[in-house]
Amino acid sequence: MKVKALSRSTTEFTRETKSDIQKLPRNIDPELHPLERAREYKRALNAAKVERMFAKPFLAGLSGHIDGIYSMAKNPWDLDNIITGSGDGELRMWSLTAQETIWRAPEAHRGIVKGVCNVPGNESDRFLSVGTDKTVKVWSRSESAVAADGTTPETVATYNGKHAFSGIDHHRHRPIFATSSSLVEVWDVERSEPVANLTWGADTINTVAMNQAEVNVLASCGTDRSIILYDLRTSSPLAKLVMALSTNAISWNPMEPFVFATANEDHNVYTFDMRRMDHATNVLRDHVSAVMDVDYSPTGQELVSGSYDRTVRLWNASSGHSRDIYHAKRMQRVFCVKYTLDNKYVVSGSDDSNLRLWRARASERVGIKSNRERATIEYAEKLKDRFKYVPEVRKVLRQRNVPTMIKKASQTKQVMLQSRKRKEENQRKHDKHDTKPRVPERRKAILGVTTK
Amino acid sequence: MFSAAKAAQSQALEPKDSNKNNNSRHSRETDDTENDSSDGERPPRTLREVKTNKIGKKDKKRKQKEEKPEYDAELLKQAQKYHRGGQAIGTKKRDKKVRSKKHAAELEHQQRRNEDAAIAAARNEMLLTEDAGFLEAEGMERTYKFTQKQISENVDVSSSAKIFDLKLNEFGPYALQYSSNGRHLLIGGRRGHLATVDWRNGQLGCELHVRETVRDVSWLHNQSLFAVAQKKHAFIYDHTGAEVHCLKAHVEPTALGFLPFHFLLVSTGMTGKVVFQDITEGSVVGEHRPGFGPSHQLRVNPYNAVVHVGHGNGTVTLWSPKQGQPLARILCHKGPVQAMAIDRSGTYMATSGLDGRVKIWDIRKFEPLHEYKTQRPAQSLDISQRGLLAAGWGPHVSVWKDALATHMQKPYMTQLLPGVALDSVRFVPYDDVLGCGHSQGISSMVIPGAGEPNFDAYVANPYQTTKQRQESEVKSLLDKLAPETVSLDPNFIGRLDPRSRDQIIHDTLEDVRGEYQRGKQTGKYLDSNVRNKTKGRNSTAKRYQRKRQANVTDLKGLREMEHADREKRQQLNKPEAIPQTEKGALGMFYTDKRNQQN
Repeated sequence: MKVKALSRSTTEFTRETKSDIQKLPRNIDPELHPLERAREYKRALNAAKVERMFAKPFLAGLSGHIDGIYSMAKNPWDLDNIITGSGDGELRMWSLTAQETIWRAPEAHRGIVKGVCNVPGNESDRFLSVGTDKTVKVWSRSESAVAADGTTPETVATYNGKHAFSGIDHHRHRPIFATSSSLVEVWDVERSEPVANLTWGADTINTVAMNQAEVNVLASCGTDRSIILYDLRTSSPLAKLVMALSTNAISWNPMEPFVFATANEDHNVYTFDMRRMDHATNVLRDHVSAVMDVDYSPTGQELVSGSYDRTVRLWNASSGHSRDIYHAKRMQRVFCVKYTLDNKYVVSGSDDSNLRLWRARASERVGIKSNRERATIEYAEKLKDRFKYVPEVRKVLRQRNVPTMIKKASQTKQVMLQSRKRKEENQRKHDKHDTKPRVPERRKAILGVTTK
Repeated sequence: MFSAAKAAQSQALEPKDSNKNNNSRHSRETDDTENDSSDGERPPRTLREVKTNKIGKKDKKRKQKEEKPEYDAELLKQAQKYHRGGQAIGTKKRDKKVRSKKHAAELEHQQRRNEDAAIAAARNEMLLTEDAGFLEAEGMERTYKFTQKQISENVDVSSSAKIFDLKLNEFGPYALQYSSNGRHLLIGGRRGHLATVDWRNGQLGCELHVRETVRDVSWLHNQSLFAVAQKKHAFIYDHTGAEVHCLKAHVEPTALGFLPFHFLLVSTGMTGKVVFQDITEGSVVGEHRPGFGPSHQLRVNPYNAVVHVGHGNGTVTLWSPKQGQPLARILCHKGPVQAMAIDRSGTYMATSGLDGRVKIWDIRKFEPLHEYKTQRPAQSLDISQRGLLAAGWGPHVSVWKDALATHMQKPYMTQLLPGVALDSVRFVPYDDVLGCGHSQGISSMVIPGAGEPNFDAYVANPYQTTKQRQESEVKSLLDKLAPETVSLDPNFIGRLDPRSRDQIIHDTLEDVRGEYQRGKQTGKYLDSNVRNKTKGRNSTAKRYQRKRQANVTDLKGLREMEHADREKRQQLNKPEAIPQTEKGALGMFYTDKRNQQN
């Protein structure tokens, strides 16, 4: 007789001393784990609920400005630092970690500060601001400290322009910056006059954005509904794109230099490929009022937009609808938003004179996580992804309580769009000669493109 | 020891791997030499030639083929168990319905990932530390001739200590159940004796006498609570033996079952009802009437948590808590069903009837596979984790091995317990032990090869500490499943409903209509069904109003739905008008083929 029966020695499966870790042998045989689909579904549902329970996106409201915040710049060399300009001409520099003003210039400009940007370089703490008072001012925290009586510090330099400015952006590494007014002007830091004037038929230019990766390209958008790309090397325009409504802001994708996103008056955000602008690469539709500002995340995968409908929305750059919406009871029209460069926060400036700091992922928490915690989070993420199409999970993940105003407006908008569509379809039905071809959504808002 | 064994195994595997590497390296070398020779013939003259010489299309394909690792058949066979994709591993079948290249590529990628995961899981098997037990006969010996005494002499001391008898001849016969990790034993004597034992260490947990009939016992989610089917009701006791609940929803219960992932206690009894009760919140989630009179047999299918109930007329009905009709009704025996057992993969069910047969069923197809005969009807059946079938009949215990998929001529082991009448046999999870409850107490015997050798500490841990038990209790409560998830196919969740949207609406409508008709027949919409209210609010007029209210809302909704459905169907059936442009000048001769088809 040959016989062996199972006999486990207790010492092999229990820890010797209290300081040891418990022994937990695994056996992944599916027969030992019945009903795995149902249990994983339940876990996914729980994970989705937990995510929504912990979704507390609002971190801080930073007050200090007296008028609304209309311009904002983040510093690529300092994660902590945000500069804002307000409607009464005040400039403030904020520390996001301390959540307070660290420098300010009360009467930096007469009238609205329309744009701010940092001067590149790790050593330099200079930054530029433009206003409707036709001046470009250079500031530095170290060189022009705040006077004891709280009056405006001295500027490092001032450039006088001919028109009221509407935007400014600095070159990635050369001492060049571009401003927009009724034309786009390129300035050399060393000279008091612009080195190049770039125009292509526009009345007023809304803003200007320099490409930080493909450094010789800059984009501007004007009130004549156009977006114009310029080449700095030849000081000439490259292409002009005319849309149905005008564009309020442009943001270049930091990872794909030929891609940019535009915030449009028609409630949508459009992303374009600079090489082929006859259609948008994506249309992001959820806002119910004009989009005022848009910014790419440093990964280039996500977008944040602020709108006149008093909300901030976060987007997956490749999907058509927002993944989250942020709103606050006292937040007014949002005029500027920025995605911070650690990809973790979003900053918004609005009409109500407050700067708001938000989490980029509403339920994520900072801090070092233990291995087990990280594993749990990753498992939960995977589960949510796997069961995201199941109605119950999808509902939990997608449902947002939005202000009544937004909800009503989006319902009305939905009805409007549908009836417009229905009307078009009806016209098509009774149209003998197919004079109304169906236009893809990505081409609808584009009136024309010309290249030079 | 664990790491040493692992190292040895990995060493044993190494030569194979190195061989593989050698092979691939060798083939690559030959490729190179081929290229060299072709290059040697004539130097390339144009840029295009250089390019084509570098990576020819054929070479590219060959390289891709090479890169794909080849697994040996043994590993693939092992991996099949872990594969969730449905198809066999390695079958490359592209669904022709998937037109988009992108989606096809995504699907293929997903399939490859599934296969890789299955193969990785199969490889993981070598990390398992324990091997299953076995019993082999040599020469003229036969395994079914071996007695427990002989086995006791040949196994190690700790195993032979598992062969014991508890003489409890006053309150028997005994029903027994082991906890899911096999550590604790719960026994209930017919005449009211209850006890829990940590049976390996011989420690008594609690002991009490309820002074009334005890028909069945069952552990709940862990060893801190257990349920007992007593004379009138089911009761729940805690680990100290204190009565926690009296469950009055279970009237004269005879058999108990527990759904561990749903936290449902299920019973059947003299009333013939099958009652599901949620033990976390106390609500009765399902109460069904099979309508076959009193039933005494109930088993839970561990694979899909469906409850099998055996009846006096020889049928076995399958129940889910939220469905009023049985999922299946199987006529198993000519006489009453005496015992049932279901294997852990949910593939096989064994039933025994008063006709003296033990039948094996494939419960995926509800077909009988084969049958065994016992000289007297088997009173109790059980299937071990590794598929051993035990039957207790009279004073005998017979155990068959590999007897579910194939028919065995002879049993694997037999044992006679002289002078007793067996009441229940139960295998111990994760151990090679069979416990028998009978009229004279409890007998425990060693059946080598019965139990799963490698336990998963996150599923059931025989060496669980108090802290771990508490932790796992919380975790399992968080993962508690809804009673709706009990169905014949446990993987239906998250699967795509292949019906079209209209079809779904139509089907739900059919359901509503059916329900309405049934309600009408049973008098749901009759005056008598309108509930009485408090004095003063119960006048005839008020009652009439209430009755009409109920009818109107129901009917109105139904009528609207029906209308919408009819419209939809009509639209579908309506022949499509053919536009004038398509007809052209010869329109008058146009025969409308599309219309003809309809």
